[in-house]
Amino acid sequence: MDSPTHSYGVKRCSPGVFFLWTLPWLGILAWGGLSAVLCLWKGLNQTNMSNVFAFALWIVFDLAVIALGAGAFFTGFLTYIVGKKELKDIINAAVIIGFICYSGAMAMLGIDIGQPLRGWFIFWHANVHSMLVEVSFCITCYLMVLTIEFIPIILENRTLQKVRELRLFGHNLHEIMAVFAATGTFLSFFHQGSLGGMFGVMYARPFAARGGFYIWPWTFFLFVLSAIAAGPLFTILCTKLTEFITRKKLVPDQAVQSLAKISAWLLSLYLVFKFIDTLGWANSLVPKAGLRFMDFYREGPYGFWMVVAELGICGILPAVILMIPKVRQQQGWLIFAGLLTCAGIVLNRFVFIIVTLAIPVMPFDRFWSYLPTWQEWGVGLAVVGYGFLLFSAAYRYLPVFPKEPELNPAAD
Amino acid sequence: MTPFSFEWQWNIDYLLFMGLLYLALTIVGCGVGFALLKTVLQLFGFMRERHF
Amino acid sequence: MEKGPDHGKHRYGMVIDLDKCTGCGTCAVACAAENNVSVRQDESDKERSISWMQIFKITNGKPYPDTEVSYFPRPCMHCEEDGHGHHTSPCVTVCVATATKLDPNSGIVSQIYTRCIGCRYCQAACPYKARYFNWWDAYFPKGKGLDRYLTPEVSPRMRGVVEKCTFCHHRLMRAKTRAYAEDRREIEEDEYITACTEACPAQAITFGDLNNPKHRVSRLAKSPNAFRLLERLNTKPKVYYLSTKDWVRKLADNYLPDEFKPLS
Repeated sequence: MDSPTHSYGVKRCSPGVFFLWTLPWLGILAWGGLSAVLCLWKGLNQTNMSNVFAFALWIVFDLAVIALGAGAFFTGFLTYIVGKKELKDIINAAVIIGFICYSGAMAMLGIDIGQPLRGWFIFWHANVHSMLVEVSFCITCYLMVLTIEFIPIILENRTLQKVRELRLFGHNLHEIMAVFAATGTFLSFFHQGSLGGMFGVMYARPFAARGGFYIWPWTFFLFVLSAIAAGPLFTILCTKLTEFITRKKLVPDQAVQSLAKISAWLLSLYLVFKFIDTLGWANSLVPKAGLRFMDFYREGPYGFWMVVAELGICGILPAVILMIPKVRQQQGWLIFAGLLTCAGIVLNRFVFIIVTLAIPVMPFDRFWSYLPTWQEWGVGLAVVGYGFLLFSAAYRYLPVFPKEPELNPAAD
Repeated sequence: MTPFSFEWQWNIDYLLFMGLLYLALTIVGCGVGFALLKTVLQLFGFMRERHF
Repeated sequence: MEKGPDHGKHRYGMVIDLDKCTGCGTCAVACAAENNVSVRQDESDKERSISWMQIFKITNGKPYPDTEVSYFPRPCMHCEEDGHGHHTSPCVTVCVATATKLDPNSGIVSQIYTRCIGCRYCQAACPYKARYFNWWDAYFPKGKGLDRYLTPEVSPRMRGVVEKCTFCHHRLMRAKTRAYAEDRREIEEDEYITACTEACPAQAITFGDLNNPKHRVSRLAKSPNAFRLLERLNTKPKVYYLSTKDWVRKLADNYLPDEFKPLS
């Protein structure tokens, strides 16, 4: 049906169907809202976090969505700085996904800290030597940049376009998007890196600790590389999911293939460095701490299978699939490889957060296990629900996919 | 965060970190300010409006 | 005091003689009472209870009759270095809001409760698990009279912040105030000791200034039997342990096969 709020030349479902579609996501949001209220009101005892698992499910969610949201800054960098014009067809989707990931992560962090009202202390009383301060500053600033990048897309709504002031402002912002893309790239580089640095600097935790360059441990660079490898693939997966649900072709293959090719190279490069890093770490830092590589894979369920899963099944395998143009061009294989890569990156973050804390450092200390409560799942999944809602609303009311009318001429 | 806050130290670490932060904020601020100013100038007819 | 590289600075530290320690737990109780450590009705959840001084039981793993048992009382180690030779502790470098500091004049790692935002990064960075988060509101059962035992010099902690052993820093303040009132510049060895040191019935804990050669800790820390927990990580803890037993010494750190050098 056509409506004055939809873009020209596109077909959207009826308001009733759209309302039904939002119900499950609203349900998840309600669950998350209840969990958040409980955590803020009664305290973090509502979770199963403990003095052993000081970081838990929420931090895994945070690091995962931020890594997957890296598609926004990297696609922006490729589009506006490198000048890959074909990516203009997917940049809007990348920006919105990035915005969802970052705003979701920020909201989750607000509940995760024990004293949310003191959140501003991070900025005001900043300890510039802490990697988490670098993360907080860059994420906050980058969320501002993402909002600025999102505004022109919102202002392109057909009804809003009729307001001359808003239309002009949107166009003027869009004209200097390269400035914001460049600043966003700088900010993202540093926070993606310092998220890895956070773990690399914990030198008293031999499982996470790494050597490095100047103040940055190797994990800094590995996290940047893995994020820019997985982020664009996540953007592709989201557009493919949208295409699947709407039963329409939304992004030309050229844009998708261009991103997938870049991801393939970055993923391969990341894997090479990751293997060098793992070998170097296992032969220098680990024996220096009096441990052997395999000592880390004896605790609870965290066996050597994690290495195989992370670097083999979710690393080398998708890299090979994506590197071969003929395989990559087949949609099934592309989605399969994208899913594996994203799973690998999430697993990587999980290992650095949960496994690092689960492995006792003192030889006489014991292993503790951790399972999240429904409140933790609620807050974590709320980001997913929020993502679906915001992206659906954006797809419905904004010209997210500029080539949609062209690719679906029947809609006219 | 500012030279007026208690933790501020006049050393290279603080100058670099905060310098880059304020640089990024200035660039973003100038960008938005430029877009706003241009919009106002176009609205009042001091600048030509591009048609898309 | 001799003139040395650390002249003018104090480095308060502790030496715990594990051969004397019986594992009775008096140090932990005295610490909790002195420092207003909050309690819960059910303290069985050991992952979330607060024990600034925690006692770890270790055994040599041999079957009866060769079984031997020892105990590792573990306060905050008040680490001095960040593993790269910088004069700061693992937790201090990572704290986002500058809520924890290594005091250069006493060597004590402080915790500012009203500054802590509860991000718990310090807990993740500490390999000794010496930092505790307040998962609940502070609770001191009134009917039992526990509220009347609270130490007025120690602020109770609110929910959502991290706390840890402070080497009874308020006792240092008290000793300094008295010394100032009596027109003295230095405090005596016995004027400032921690609650655990005072309470230990076996006198296994010695406390004092590691920089002052007249203090017993500085001599004991140089003993051939002295060692520190996880020394290889280069955190430079200021808590030393003494033991003549090689199996105890070996359990204080991680060693590759054939790497550990027994004393005897």
